[in-house]
Amino acid sequence: MQATSDEVLIGRIASGDRLAMQVLFARHHLRVYRFVLRLMRDESVAEDLISEVFLDVWRQADRFEGRSAVSTWLLAIARFKALSALRRKPDQELDDETAEAIEDPTDDPEAALGKKDKAAAMRKCLAGLSAEHREIIDLVYYHEKSVEEVAVIVGIPEATVKTRMFYARKKLGELLKAAGIERGWP
Amino acid sequence: MNTMNQEAPERREIEALLPWHAAGTLSRGDAERVERALSCDRELARRFDLVREELHETIHLNELLGHPSSRAADRLFAAIEAEGARAPARRSFDLAGRVAAFLSSLAPRTLARAAGAAAVVLLVQSAVMTSVLLPGGDNFILQSVPNTDGVSRIVVRFVPQATSADITKFLNTHKAELVGGPKDGNYTLRLAATGIPKEGLLNIVRQMQGETKIVDFVATKD
Repeated sequence: MQATSDEVLIGRIASGDRLAMQVLFARHHLRVYRFVLRLMRDESVAEDLISEVFLDVWRQADRFEGRSAVSTWLLAIARFKALSALRRKPDQELDDETAEAIEDPTDDPEAALGKKDKAAAMRKCLAGLSAEHREIIDLVYYHEKSVEEVAVIVGIPEATVKTRMFYARKKLGELLKAAGIERGWP
Repeated sequence: MNTMNQEAPERREIEALLPWHAAGTLSRGDAERVERALSCDRELARRFDLVREELHETIHLNELLGHPSSRAADRLFAAIEAEGARAPARRSFDLAGRVAAFLSSLAPRTLARAAGAAAVVLLVQSAVMTSVLLPGGDNFILQSVPNTDGVSRIVVRFVPQATSADITKFLNTHKAELVGGPKDGNYTLRLAATGIPKEGLLNIVRQMQGETKIVDFVATKD
């Protein structure tokens, strides 16, 4: 069975089709939620924001021009809203310090390594990256966004996308090294 | 054996693409370029393994974040409900729009209403993805129409329970395509074969009549 494409759904939403809106929401809300939650670190706030993201889609579907994938458009809206919300909360900044606040079910890197759980240590170090680095790693690895799509979502040149990803991975390697995991790179 | 100069700009460029290669989001040309480099550069291949580890754990980490509660959906659809109905908007890239309108016209109204009232969004998605491509109607009528150009056209009506997969299979089996409708719940099919004699057409009609899970009434018109 061929599922209705996102672009077709947007066309129907632009015509006021609420059912199409429900389908689009069901299809994408989880990834948008997780993207926002990684930025906001607050489940309740993330839920409020995804409602706002999809409400914007409902209101602005007729302006979608199809120059990027619908999922890319959604993440771009979500990112804008998340950053706006963070700006309204001066105590929540996009820096390394707030990374410590993220809830992670794993032990700290050393303890995880003690259990010979390299994977858990990797996740802990991923969670410990700065928001900027975490964001790009999530977009590339989890949200499966191309260089061009990341550039659209984050609003930076494609060359900067590659550079930022490189430094994010380099930082991850440094965190792993500090946790006792030597990967031979960087 | 490392056959590439580790300091070469080309190598650095290739290495920068490894995360996207692991995620499968490179263009075909770039992917082939990376594959060629990986095949002759062990160190690069080792680093690609590191990238794949990162990818795996990033996915795992995100999945640990769990799911939002139904509050997000409730809030959204309450807001949409509060905004009320609005006039249909025309859109710039309207090929998709026209396709959407066509598909929309095929959806059974009753299902649309039921799905619209459903509280569980995932169930709604399942229902819609199953039904959105479906023609609908309360009964089924099948009749041949006068053949004036060697092309055989048949007017059909499908049972409401037929899924899009059923209908697709039905069309494939009978080598027919949907070319019109709905008009009074009927759809026009065109058979791929041309110049079908009357007896051959009747045979096809009888075969269609046998597919009672997709049709519940068949009538021919001579």
